[in-house]
Amino acid sequence: MNVIAKIVTLLRGSARELGESIVDANGARIYEQEIVDARAAIVQAKSELTGVMAKEMQSAREIERIHTEINRLEKLAVEALDKEKPELAEEVAGKVAEQEIELEGQTQSHANYALQVSRLKDLIKSSESTIREHEREVQIAKTTENVYKATQSISESIGASGSKLVSAKESLERIKKRHEDLSDRMAAAETLDKEFGIKALEARLTEAGIGEDAHRKAKVLERIRARHDAAAAATTTTAPTA
Amino acid sequence: MDSLQERIEGLDALIGARLGGATVNLQPIPGEVPVVQAVIGGRDELPIFVTAADEQILCICYLWTEAEIVPEKRLELLELLLNLNPSIPLSSFGRVDDRYVLFGALSRDARVDDIADDVATLSDNALDALNALSGYLL
Repeated sequence: MNVIAKIVTLLRGSARELGESIVDANGARIYEQEIVDARAAIVQAKSELTGVMAKEMQSAREIERIHTEINRLEKLAVEALDKEKPELAEEVAGKVAEQEIELEGQTQSHANYALQVSRLKDLIKSSESTIREHEREVQIAKTTENVYKATQSISESIGASGSKLVSAKESLERIKKRHEDLSDRMAAAETLDKEFGIKALEARLTEAGIGEDAHRKAKVLERIRARHDAAAAATTTTAPTA
Repeated sequence: MDSLQERIEGLDALIGARLGGATVNLQPIPGEVPVVQAVIGGRDELPIFVTAADEQILCICYLWTEAEIVPEKRLELLELLLNLNPSIPLSSFGRVDDRYVLFGALSRDARVDDIADDVATLSDNALDALNALSGYLL
């Protein structure tokens, strides 16, 4: 059964067991052992393959050589017949027959080597795909285990720290509230900054004798004086008649 | 396996930089497998957990539990999650035990910058998803 199918089966039972049972140490070890075995099989097959391919090439060269030799001998036999030396031709024919037997043997070996080569190549391919498959399965299994164990640690840590687990909705509201508080505070700070900023500037302007406020006292005094002078003038003009 | 902590050195600052200068706190969680908790300032209730398996680094955000789903809306929610899955950048919905999660998976050879990208995106996605799906929760 593949790992995903195994996880599905476990999920349909109790997910709680998932962290442990999906990769009970044993299961992971079996997969890992199979990966190691498949790797070893590839190394072995590759080394055999080199030897067998060398032999295959040798036998191909030998077949080529025998063909050439048979050709040469047959030509010699034809020449012997041309020169009416049938006993020589017969002797050569015997040699050709020997070569033909060797050729059959070599052809047979060559076919065997070719077969071995293709078998070894298939073995390497299938071992490589076994490795890829098992590595993926180990990865799925280990990730599943990891996630469940991490969740377990996190739950335990939350429990141990005494911090109460709040609901998602409550969390969201708290975050939103905090965000609103922050925005409000920032807005308030901005307003304050504006007010204090302009007031501070105005004070400094006044101090420097610039603007309306700078001569306010002098103007008020001037106004009072004017009123006083006016009153005094009125008194002096009305006095003689009184 | 101990190298998770080494591999994520500087992750806090990198996540913070991606989330507008938020403070990020990294905290290892004791247990059988290496887990580091990343708490992002302002989103304290939605921490991201980073864990390393043999071939992968997983960033996980726990969203809600089975018990929090409005019972009569459960099937609709599940279908919605399946449909949403391909659309959400870098993150997928899943369930571990009775907890629904949003997670991102990275190669074991991922750089700390890639992990920071994933954690920051995951945090944004988780917040958006909670916002969008809170109607299905109790």
